[in-house]
This record gives sequence, C-alpha cells and structure tokens, in this order.
Amino acid sequence: MKAAVIVFPGLNRDRDMIAALTKIGGVAPAEVWHQDADIPDVDLIVIPGGFSYGDYLRCGAIAARSPMMDKIRERAAKGVKVLGVCNGFQILIEAGLLPGALMRNTSLKFVCREVKLEVTNTDNVFTNGYTKGQIIRCPVAHHDGNYFADAETLAALEGDGRVAFRYAEGTNPNGSINNIAGILNAEKNVLGLMPHPENLIEAAHGGIDGRALFAALLDKAA
Amino acid sequence: MTLRNDIEITPQLVADHGLKADEYQKILDLIGREPTYTELGIFSAMWNEHCSYKSSKKWLRTLPTQGPRVIQGPGENAGVVDIGDGQAVVFKMESHNHPSFIEPYQGAATGVGGILRDVFTMGARPVAAMNALRFGAPEHEKTRHLVHGVVAGVGGYGNSFGVPTVAGEVEFDARYNGNNLVNAFAAGLADTDKIFYSKAEGVGLPVVYLGAKTGRDGVGGATMASAEFGDDIEEKRPTVQVGDPFTEKRLLEACLELMATGAVIAIQDMGAAGLTCSAVEMGAKGDLGIELNLDKVPVREEHMTAYEMMLSESQERMLMVLHPEKEPEARAVFEKWELDFATVGKTTDDLRFRVLWQGEEVANLPIKELGDEAPEYDRPWVEPKIPAALAANDVPQMDVADALLKLIGGHQCSSRRWVYEQYDTMIQGNSIQRPGGDAGVIRVLGHDSKGLAFTSDVNPRYCEANPYEGGKQAVAECWRNLTATGAEPLAATDNLNFGNPERPEIMGQLVKAVGGIGDACRALDFPIVSGNVSLYNETNGRGILPTPTIGGVGLLPDWQKSVRIGFTAANQPILLIGGPALRGTHLGQSIYLRDLFDRRDGDAPHVDLAAERKTGDFVRKLIRSGVVTACHDLSDGGLGVALAEMAISGGIGATVVDVEGHDPLLQYFGEDQGRYLVTLNLDPQGEEIVALWEEAKSLGIEAPWIGTTGGTDLVLGKAKPVSVAALTSAHEDWFPNYMSA
Repeated sequence: MKAAVIVFPGLNRDRDMIAALTKIGGVAPAEVWHQDADIPDVDLIVIPGGFSYGDYLRCGAIAARSPMMDKIRERAAKGVKVLGVCNGFQILIEAGLLPGALMRNTSLKFVCREVKLEVTNTDNVFTNGYTKGQIIRCPVAHHDGNYFADAETLAALEGDGRVAFRYAEGTNPNGSINNIAGILNAEKNVLGLMPHPENLIEAAHGGIDGRALFAALLDKAA
Repeated sequence: MTLRNDIEITPQLVADHGLKADEYQKILDLIGREPTYTELGIFSAMWNEHCSYKSSKKWLRTLPTQGPRVIQGPGENAGVVDIGDGQAVVFKMESHNHPSFIEPYQGAATGVGGILRDVFTMGARPVAAMNALRFGAPEHEKTRHLVHGVVAGVGGYGNSFGVPTVAGEVEFDARYNGNNLVNAFAAGLADTDKIFYSKAEGVGLPVVYLGAKTGRDGVGGATMASAEFGDDIEEKRPTVQVGDPFTEKRLLEACLELMATGAVIAIQDMGAAGLTCSAVEMGAKGDLGIELNLDKVPVREEHMTAYEMMLSESQERMLMVLHPEKEPEARAVFEKWELDFATVGKTTDDLRFRVLWQGEEVANLPIKELGDEAPEYDRPWVEPKIPAALAANDVPQMDVADALLKLIGGHQCSSRRWVYEQYDTMIQGNSIQRPGGDAGVIRVLGHDSKGLAFTSDVNPRYCEANPYEGGKQAVAECWRNLTATGAEPLAATDNLNFGNPERPEIMGQLVKAVGGIGDACRALDFPIVSGNVSLYNETNGRGILPTPTIGGVGLLPDWQKSVRIGFTAANQPILLIGGPALRGTHLGQSIYLRDLFDRRDGDAPHVDLAAERKTGDFVRKLIRSGVVTACHDLSDGGLGVALAEMAISGGIGATVVDVEGHDPLLQYFGEDQGRYLVTLNLDPQGEEIVALWEEAKSLGIEAPWIGTTGGTDLVLGKAKPVSVAALTSAHEDWFPNYMSA
C-alpha cells in the first residue's frame, strides 16, 4: 500500500500525519508539494490538517481551487482512496468532493480537546477496522468544524451509511448537525473528518484509538 | 558632513521621540552635527528602554548566565542549552504588554509571532509554547474584553503556526486594570552544531531582506512600548502591528530550508524597531558597517519615507547576510514559499550605518555607538518597605471545607480550561503533559526517551510585598514545578515586568527582585539564558504589581517516568515532602487572606534555598526510582488547594489527618515554600517506605505520611467531607461562567 501526503502552504499537521502513516505502515508516504507536476502512483492520498493559505477567505477555499485538487479529483474518480483530516476535510468540501459545509464552531472559539466518537458505519475501507457502534477517543483541534448540510443531503448521507463518525456521549465540540464528525462520498472512497486520529496512535499520545483507521487503509494490523 | 534635513528638529520633536534633553545632547556629541529626521528616528528606536535596557542593564549583569550546559546566554535572539546527544533547546520569553492592552487580539498574536521568530531565527524548529497572562480585576469593565481578545490572539497565531501550547499562567488583579501583561515563551530544538547567530562576518557581502513586505504598521512601536499609558491610549492603536501567521509558517519552513543549504552567515529577525535594530545588531556584533538601500526594500505601500521604512514593525520579516555564491539557491527557496527575497544592502568595513533612499544618504551613523553607547542609567532606587509579619495568632477563621470550595472555585485557583482549550496543545504529536498540571512535558523528536518540561511562574503579590523574596520565590517555584514532573531543571528565561523605573520605589522593586532571582538561580544552578525587560507598565501614575515572570526548562531522561498531578489509584499513601513539621504556618500574602478576607498584609513567605534544593533533589530521585504515582508542588492556597487539585485531576478522593494542636487553617492554607505532595505505590507499613523516611530524616527533610487516597470525597482532617464532584464543578465553572456573564 503506497500513500501520498499532499502539502499546501500553511498546513501544519503534515508532519503528524506523515509520522502516523510511517509508524503504522512501516514506510514513509510520498510528500507531494502542491506545485508538483503530478501525484505518484499511490493507493491512498491524504490531505492533512492545518491552515492552508492561512484560512484566509474561507477555510480550505483557496487550496480547493488549486490545480493540485484537479489531480486529486481525477484519482478519486478512479477509485483511489482519499482522506482529508481537519483542514483536509474543509478542502475536500470546498472542492466539492464531499457535500455540505463546515461552519464556525457554535462557541465561536477554536477548540482543542479530546472527544468521543461513535464509529457509525464500518462497511467502507476507512473504518472497517472498528466495530459498528464502537466508541473511540479522539482529539479535535479546529475553529470551523460545525458540519451542516441541507435535509436532502443529510438524508442521503444517513440513508446510505455515509456518516463514518459521530461525536458521542454529549461531546459534540462544534454544533455539527446530527453530531456528524466525518462523512464519506457516495462511492465511499473519500473520507473527510474533523478529528485527528493521527494524534492518538501511540502510548505517548495517551491512547491508540486512531490506529485502526490507518491500519485498515495501509493493510496493516492495528 | 551634513545631510539634508527636510524636517526641523525641535525640542518638541525630540521629546516626542521619547528622548530626554541629555540623551539628545549625547547624540549631538556623538555625531558632531544635528541628526536628520530619519537618524532621530533611528536613535529613538535604538535608545528606547525596550531595545537598549538602559535602566535595567546594570542589574541584569548580576544574573548568573553560565553553566556547563549553556551554549548561548543572553544577548542573542534566544538562549541555547545543551540537552545531550548533539541536541539543544533554544528558548526565550518576551512581553507584548502595551500592544495587547491597546489591541488585544493583534497585540497578543504578534507577541507570539515575535517569540517564535526569535527561536527559529537561531535554526531551531519551535516545539513548545507557553504564555503568562495577567489581567485586571475580574469585575473591571475591560477585563472580559481583554481576556477574550488576548486568548483568541495567542491561539489564532500559535494554532495556525503549528506549535503546541503546553503550559502557562492566567492571573487577575486590579493592579493590572490599566495595563495587562502578555508574556510569550517559545522553545525550539536544534542540533548543537547547527545554531545560527546574528553576528555578521565578511566585508562586501549581501544583506538580504526576507519574508513579508514592509508597511507602515507599528511605526514607533518600540517607543510606545517604552512609555506610560495615559488617557489617550486609544489613539495609540495605529502603533500596534498586525500578525500574519500564514506568512510566519512559510517563513519558518523557508528559513530552515535555507539554513540547510549552508548559505546563511548571519540572521536576525526584525522585531522591535524592525530594519533599524536588526541591521545595527548584525553589523555591530560583527564589527562591520552596514549600508542599506531602501529603494530595494519590498514595500506594501507607496510613498513610504525612509523614516517610516526604518521604523516599521511590520511582522514576519528577516534580515540575513548570505554567501554570495549561494544567492540563487537561497532565492529559489524563498520563491518556492512565495516570500520576498531582496538584496537590500551590503556589509562594509567602515563601522558606519548608512541608509540610502531615493539616491540620497539619509543616515550615516557610527554603528557600534548606536548599540553599545546607548545611554545607561544607574537610576536612583529606594529599599522597598517590607510589611510586618502577621502576628502568630492572626488567623481569621472560616470553616475549612467552605474555604477550600471558595478558593478552588475562585478566580485565582480555578481551572484555566476555558483558556487552554483555545490553544492547540497536541499538534506535533509530542505533548506528554498538556496544560493543567505543574509543567508541560513534550518528548524530544529524534530520541527514544528524552523529554523536556516547561513552566512559567511568578507570584506578583509576593513580589509587591517583598521584591527580594518574591524574586527568589518565582525562580524556586519554577524550579519546583519542573522537579514535580521528574525533570532536572536546566535553565530559565526571565521576563521582568515593572512600572516606571524613573520612580525610585519602582527601581527599588526591580533591583531587589533581580537580586532575589540571581540568588535563587545561583543556589539552584539554574542560569538565566535569555530574557526581556518591560518597564513603564503603568497607567496614570499607578504601576502594576512587580511581575518578574520566570520561564523554566527541564530535562527528563525518560519521559515515561514523568509523573502528573492527579491521584492515580485508591489506597495509596500521601506524603508531604518539605516545609515545616507543622505543615503550614505562613498566611502573610496568602490567597486565603486575599480572596476570602480581602487582606493583603503580612510579609511574603521566604524561600530557604538550601532546603529548596535538597527537597527538590530528593523528590526528583524518588520520582525517577518509580515509586511516585503522582506529584504536585504546593503553591497558591497551600496544602488544601494542592490536595483538591490532585483529587480533581485524578477523579479520586483522599482522607488526610490533621496535625494535632495546630490551627487547621494554617495547616491547609498556609503558603510555606519548598513543599511537594507525592503519592506512592508503596505499602505504608512496608520496609521501603521506612527506608524512604530514614533517608529523608538523614537529609533533614520532613516527609510525613498525611493520609491516603481513595473514595469520592476529600476529607481534610476534622473538616466536613467535600465531594470530588463538588470540587470539580467549582473548579471548572468559574472561568466559563465569568466569561459568559
């Protein structure tokens, strides 16, 4: 399993993501600079978290319009797995690879804390290492994670098992509708989520609940 | 030599630049002619308090700055300390007080930006940040607004830049009503053989400008930061700079990439007084002249004058001296990151600082004298008046349990979660202990087990009562907090916040506090390797509490052996290590008196430095031996508050026995120094704990068993039990309730 991490200027959890992929997969992912001519031939493309282009204009809006996103869109259409975490999720939404919108947290404040996630659906390549309904710990760190979609979109997401993660046990940190923390595209090869599973993969992080996501993607044991 | 001057230099203009008549005379004597307007601006930037340390230098020289691990002490962008294995920690703390009061979000944000730049300028990737914030009384009309803005600004910049905030302080006192304090700390990691300095070397080499463009923001900022506030404060908003963390993040990556190419000879970030200060420092340190051509400086606005360009404090800018043959390589790095790169001058051999603008020479000054010959004052000072000690029987009475709940749910001791959850505390994936404990702990990337601990401490009410003891105590508490995680304290940075040094009583506070800091640092082998002085923190003639913030760094050989403050299991013995046999005895300047009885009397507690060191070394050894399951130092609120914090953090209660025949209020709320609470995974009746007591006894350290963990209540002797749940909600609720009120 080969992975690539896409780096836009201003992303800052790229190193965390690369560390997680390397530690769990045993091989370092390719690092792809946003201006690189192409993405190497990989099975998994990851857009990590941070503040691409400073979150200026709107979170993810500028990166979503870069030529690199056209390349990612092409790969996704061919079935390559695409994972966007935090700002990566915001970029995927702004680029139209995932539906809905991520608005400012209802608290209007940046929030960094650990929350609980329910693994809502496991019939996809991202979450099949968990059991359906499993509650896991996971950190969040964002200012704009308040997921919203219109009723029709929500019905489709819920009806087709495309809600991958939900905030559980009253820990919704941002006001997301239906407690949605992460969603899949219709083909279920693109996942975007606000929480940071890459920051909970080893003893030093105080837990390893995030490992199963990467292990499933990289065909490794968690 | 005469330079054309379009603007007449009047006594009023000189005064508006914060220069005194005798200082202006010194300029005339130095250059033998009237300065140009641009030169006057340059002098005012270099000779103000903020940049020249003219009131404090004499006293700062008395601080210990050397040690076996110190690679670089004060005088560079940040201090550098060896942590073994060819690695170094690079750190500094700096204030951004005045700007944060005028414009809290941008003032705090650019404070964080400035300190991060100081660290990566030296070649170190920032790995941890802290901030010490002090605001006016909670009930003051501006306080909420300032807390909102400052916290959002700190978070807004640090989160976007991508450094974890691992520790900090937030305190309220009416004496900060008109002048809050924002002290920002950053630490980075570098290889010891890849540290970069600001000293220029070589004649005729390109001086290169990097980063963001120059605008008019912050013109005169350093001069503003060296003046008292009056009622015209709102008019000073244009002197506050605006931060752009996105540019700073790119600047970090670009600088580190550039440094790896070997192109950099010297580098200096543009902080206070921007282009002026950075160019002068690089030249003066290297015994070289510098010639700048301002027509080459990337600008954001048209028609900027030389004066404005030289004094602009636009953020996210760097100045470097580069190897000319590597210039194309260097340029490519900056083009990749879409940052400006411009050769704006050269080094010269004539020790002059020359500034060219539109084909004309607008400044030509002796470079060494600009820096080294800044006025230095031995300002008059008076011995502070130390309040009389409290009478032994002066113990205002209150129910112990009620007092504990009030203190743990009051503004001083309540949880700071509302604040630190707005900071990214986990980014980089190395945070072992996040805010809420005694010190932040991170693991060191590139090493199997090494960790670093960080804390920032000062007790301003002690410093106000007794500046010498307060200075000692700030250092001791910092050293103690590092020790409580199991770390070996390595070195510290000091951020000295005081009022107007032209007043002898304020100068007396500074002199005595620095004396206390120096004595404590010497006794604890805890050198000061960097720092910053912020004076004139007063509004309409009333100074802040003297606040010498100490930021400390400690080393853990194995982060897995670090301990936290929360109780970890029931039925474990609790020992109180250090301090007097009667546990608590000192109520003077305590939180108990201040927050429950509105009394600010008595002397501050004195720190016995020999006992401090002995006790700390003993505790650290215990932690490293693996028998300690939790450890917490005693500070504000004494034994009672420390026990409550351990119970809240661990979600486990405890039962503690009183010392018979001694007022419980003194026992639980006295703020005697040099004390730690530990819980042990030892049998309280077993041989190992007896051996521990024998060792403590042979060292002359009190280490009594005081109780046992367990249950859902905290029971302090004969006081009524308080549930951990009640303590927790009191502790957690104060801040969010206050901010939403």
